[in-house]
Amino acid sequence: MQKRNLVSISDLSKEEMLALLRRAQEFEKNPNQRILAGKVVGSLFFEPSTRTRLSFETAVNRLGGRVIGFSDASTSSQSKGETLKDTIMMVANYADLIVMRHPLEGAARYASEISRVPIINAGDGSNQHPTQTMLDLYTILQTQGTLENLTITMVGDLKYGRTVHSLLEAMHFFHPKFIFVACRELEMPRQYKEYCERLGIEYEETRDFSSQVINKTDILYMTRVQRERFSDLMEYERVKNIYTLTASMLSGCKPNLRVLHPLPRVTEITQDVDDTPQAYYFQQALNGLYTREAIICRALGL
Amino acid sequence: MTIQTKKELAVAALQNGIVIDHIPCPSLFKVVNILGIEKLENGVFIGNNLTSRSMGRKGLIKIADIDLPKETLNRIAVIAPNAVINIIKDYEVVEKHKVELPEDLVDIVRCNNPKCITNNEPMATHFHVTDKEANHFKCRYCERIVSREEVVLK
Repeated sequence: MQKRNLVSISDLSKEEMLALLRRAQEFEKNPNQRILAGKVVGSLFFEPSTRTRLSFETAVNRLGGRVIGFSDASTSSQSKGETLKDTIMMVANYADLIVMRHPLEGAARYASEISRVPIINAGDGSNQHPTQTMLDLYTILQTQGTLENLTITMVGDLKYGRTVHSLLEAMHFFHPKFIFVACRELEMPRQYKEYCERLGIEYEETRDFSSQVINKTDILYMTRVQRERFSDLMEYERVKNIYTLTASMLSGCKPNLRVLHPLPRVTEITQDVDDTPQAYYFQQALNGLYTREAIICRALGL
Repeated sequence: MTIQTKKELAVAALQNGIVIDHIPCPSLFKVVNILGIEKLENGVFIGNNLTSRSMGRKGLIKIADIDLPKETLNRIAVIAPNAVINIIKDYEVVEKHKVELPEDLVDIVRCNNPKCITNNEPMATHFHVTDKEANHFKCRYCERIVSREEVVLK
């Protein structure tokens, strides 16, 4: 059996990404397939993440596999001071595959080096969350019919938001155009703008979340502006309302525009957007099931 | 005695061994550390704040009767990028080369990110040199990029 980890989105070639997306399309047609019968998956959530954990565990269950693990480090022996290495070595004895979420950055890469069984990174601190990126790609493909030549507008926290950074990296294969909408405190880091420049990817930067921007967009990727990112709470109160999407802002948008959001959303998308044909964030979350089914099968070479 | 001979006497000549020259003064003892020189039983001469035509002042290390592999010596390129290695055989310099930054720095540099796994687990750090000219190193684990100016040795 070939051990295929998924730690970082940059581990995947364009061909591997497309193969995963095709596989996910099969699971969308038929999510219940007994491919994992007899297999045990370790689900190690060293920090709680209900959404991601339920999505993974549902994927395993729908594929006929069994899940062992924990959903909070306080119930694991980590609370007794065990090293990550020892926990991984122990679980690798029991499970055929490990899905892990960890608060420390690089934890999944390290686990993949020491584990006998494949590792799927379900988020390591603010570093990587590649299965989120794959479900974002899947949703873009599903709603636009293509990944090529799209205008993707990213709004909100572009500084700390790992989902926007990974999506930017993953999209570089498909000739995108980006529009970055953020306040000065949360603008896209230089590292990623240089990345675009190096690869000849066109991008615009603006502080103004206007209908002009929305009307040339194919994918509107909203993110949450988090209070804890601000040293000045007055600044937070001001910014939080500027980068809020309301239904009326979508009145002149392209018919194919879809609004995505990694969830949980708070105030950045008002409830009235939910009833527009452009709202797509709940279907996006459901796509996590299909893409995770595909990623689990790839990890096990099935 | 002329001034010239006095200068020569100031540092004993090596019969066989290695001279590491052109070390920036603030980095001298870090170089000693990286190469584990304090644990050696060979004859060692360490000079610092010596006059240098090219760099004003410099540090210098002589180690007698030793043969260190290039990979080991290249580890110091992180903090002494212009250091020159002289291999001495029978009082003659038989080989002279500048240190070269390796592709990977294994367990030399500490990661600046407090939330990086390498700062929280008993394990080796590992940086990949992404840009030799600009001196950017990327942590293999947390993927953070650090520049030479920010480097903290392990």
